[in-house]
Amino acid sequence: MARLHFASRLRHVAPPGTTHVSASTLREALDGVFAHHAALRSYVVDEQARLRKHVAIFVDGRRIDASELDIVIGADADIYVMQALSGG
Amino acid sequence: MTDFYAATRKGLFGLAFDRSHALCVTSTHFLGEPVTQVMCDPRDGAIYAALRLGHFGPKLHRSDDGGKSFAEIAAPAFPKSEDEKAPGVDTLWALAAGGKDAPGRLYCGTIPAGFFVSDDRGASWRHLAALDRVPGREKWFGGGYDHPGIHSLVVDQKDSAHVLIGVSCGGVWETHDGGQSWALRTNGLFASYMPPEQADDGATQDPHAIAACAADPGHLWMQHHNGMFHSGDGAKTWRHLKDVPVSDFGFLVLAHPRDPKTAWFVPAVSDEKRYAVDGALCVTKTVDGAQHFSVKRAGLPQAHAYDLFYRHGGAVDATGTRLVIGSTTGGIFSSADGGETWRELPARLPPVYAMAYGGGR
Repeated sequence: MARLHFASRLRHVAPPGTTHVSASTLREALDGVFAHHAALRSYVVDEQARLRKHVAIFVDGRRIDASELDIVIGADADIYVMQALSGG
Repeated sequence: MTDFYAATRKGLFGLAFDRSHALCVTSTHFLGEPVTQVMCDPRDGAIYAALRLGHFGPKLHRSDDGGKSFAEIAAPAFPKSEDEKAPGVDTLWALAAGGKDAPGRLYCGTIPAGFFVSDDRGASWRHLAALDRVPGREKWFGGGYDHPGIHSLVVDQKDSAHVLIGVSCGGVWETHDGGQSWALRTNGLFASYMPPEQADDGATQDPHAIAACAADPGHLWMQHHNGMFHSGDGAKTWRHLKDVPVSDFGFLVLAHPRDPKTAWFVPAVSDEKRYAVDGALCVTKTVDGAQHFSVKRAGLPQAHAYDLFYRHGGAVDATGTRLVIGSTTGGIFSSADGGETWRELPARLPPVYAMAYGGGR
């Protein structure tokens, strides 16, 4: 299962610690978490389901582009959802 | 007890007057977070704070206990669309309460320009798309921002479906049906920043802010990009105020809540130089419907003060006696005598985006 880690700033809306989700794409992985943590969604993506401009997502160490939410991920992908310094 | 709130680049601050009429900071909220708007609903005492998180987007919070605690509620959002260029809300720029005829009714104006309504105290919001289809909508453009936005919401407290809005840059629009249909209300305005033949085009006017007399809302005051205006007929026509002292450029205008002939403006040098004229702060005030303006400087810094006051950066109480203005350099100035004399808050606040009267609750 993919492992998702959310920045501490999101702890009030995100699952604590590492979350495990079964998903074949990054979007599926995120939606899998949003399904149980609905308030988290608007922090990561906007109302058009676009990745927020200043949210950085890394998959297995590579920062993904906003257009890559549908990329296929490995069965045991490591996913970090963090604040991009551009937004600070 | 809080008399006023200041929404700033780094938090929300509660302010209250002490017995000597000096303003004090009495509470802090959301420290470190950008708070773009604050609104206190006089009907039920709820306090609404709009946040624009640098990474995580716009959020809306409400306090039901006089500001002791805030809880996140739904934020207005555009409908989901398959269009790649569909808008997403960037900033919750204007918040207004409906009247007693519509309990729970709130309005919100956003950047990009969206007109939203809630009938359940912000638990849910509807986007009213009719404004997106008005004539000339394609001409709107951002003024100081990448997109046009709605900054002024004047709600008729006797008929909550009747709302006047200001758009930068997109003119002034009026609805009598809660946002289902709109009429342009820019007669008398002009835009010097457009080619001469388009100066009168209503859809490209830049009304920086619109304020109404609460007791007589047909009397409206406007600080426009190209001057100061008054309307005595509910925005059917606007009168350009000429020969005003100091400068006719600025953003902030406050209307007296009871006296339709009284209003306050805070002038800046010009479009190109957005700071106090000669580095000396002043407030201009009229008490006779803009026949004359007097310049109030007592208590305001008169040397090397470069404060600019944004369009929402001031508030007046329900009697027109106490006023507070807050600047982009964090200066907070208060008056307890209708703007005749002022005091500077002995604190260095973050840049002020908006202020609201808190009702002394």
